[in-house]
Amino acid sequence: MTLDEIVRELNLSVRSCGADLSRDVLGAYASDLLSDVMAHAEKGFLWITLQIHQNIVAVAVLKDLAGIVIVNNREPDAGTLSKADEERVPIVVTDLPTFEIAGRLYQLGLRGQVRC
Amino acid sequence: MKEFRADLHIHTCLSPCGSLAMVPGVIVEETLRKGLDVIGICDHNATENVIAVRKAAEKEKIPVLGGMEITSQEEVHILALFDNDESLSEMQRIVYENLPGTNDERAFGEQVIVNEEDRVVGLNDRLLIGATRLSLEAIVEAIHSLGGLAIASHIDRESFGIVGQLGFVPEGLALDALEVSPRSSVANAHAAFPQASGFPLVTFSDAHYPEDIGNRWTGFLIEDIRTVEMKWALQAQQGRRAFVSE
Repeated sequence: MTLDEIVRELNLSVRSCGADLSRDVLGAYASDLLSDVMAHAEKGFLWITLQIHQNIVAVAVLKDLAGIVIVNNREPDAGTLSKADEERVPIVVTDLPTFEIAGRLYQLGLRGQVRC
Repeated sequence: MKEFRADLHIHTCLSPCGSLAMVPGVIVEETLRKGLDVIGICDHNATENVIAVRKAAEKEKIPVLGGMEITSQEEVHILALFDNDESLSEMQRIVYENLPGTNDERAFGEQVIVNEEDRVVGLNDRLLIGATRLSLEAIVEAIHSLGGLAIASHIDRESFGIVGQLGFVPEGLALDALEVSPRSSVANAHAAFPQASGFPLVTFSDAHYPEDIGNRWTGFLIEDIRTVEMKWALQAQQGRRAFVSE
């Protein structure tokens, strides 16, 4: 499933411009600790977080994530958006809290573990 | 007793997020321009540029406290400041023992080690932006056992500030002070952050760019620049006093 399809299904709002939404999303990971995401998120995953500062883009680049979903209607900082545009990292926002958006992504078929 | 204007939270080009212009010569020049009496060098989880800045500052007789901005496992930033190099290097050893990962320059930025002549002498390849495996309590305890000052960074910032990450200051955490960043008023900080009540407040620049150095400072009325004197000042003991700029 592509990020584009997910955005349409769940009515998410895209915040970064020029990012590639046609990429296949391979799974998802939810966490607000950057070090935890660096340790456990997988390539091609969607990352669900409430963090809005620009280090989230750096982590997404490092882990080659498919994109970042910011929860609770929080808006990314201006610096975060410009860095996301520069690095072509998709950032989308939702008014749903983490548990809800994770549940809906799960219903769409995304899973959080690629290794057993 | 003398009054010292102190900006004790300055990054160098060693911090991945620090400007590459933050080399010793530039830091010293800006320190003079801003009329500071003492500075502290606190890069993220690393100390390799402390000696270079101190050597560059010696010519201008500006004292430099060695320090580090340590990231706890809760991803809270704590300033650790020392007045002797043995303690600083022991603290560095503890941090490195507990700091996993390798830096990715493209994602996080370069981590440049320089000498006192602003020449590049190496790169730090550890993941300095990352979090240590040390708890807040363990970090504060280690700093104090080595005679240093433990100050919670930028409590008014949501990211990596103790209030932003935890929502409160854990009971019994023996911080010497809480830092308010240049983005907030110190006068209003106790009202804006009731969690800070009972702690002395300081304010420093958290400079990542040269022009930011000295934008905020804390004044210490003390005998000399030792951490014990600063602790007294923060607690208004022994006739010492601390006061903040706005």
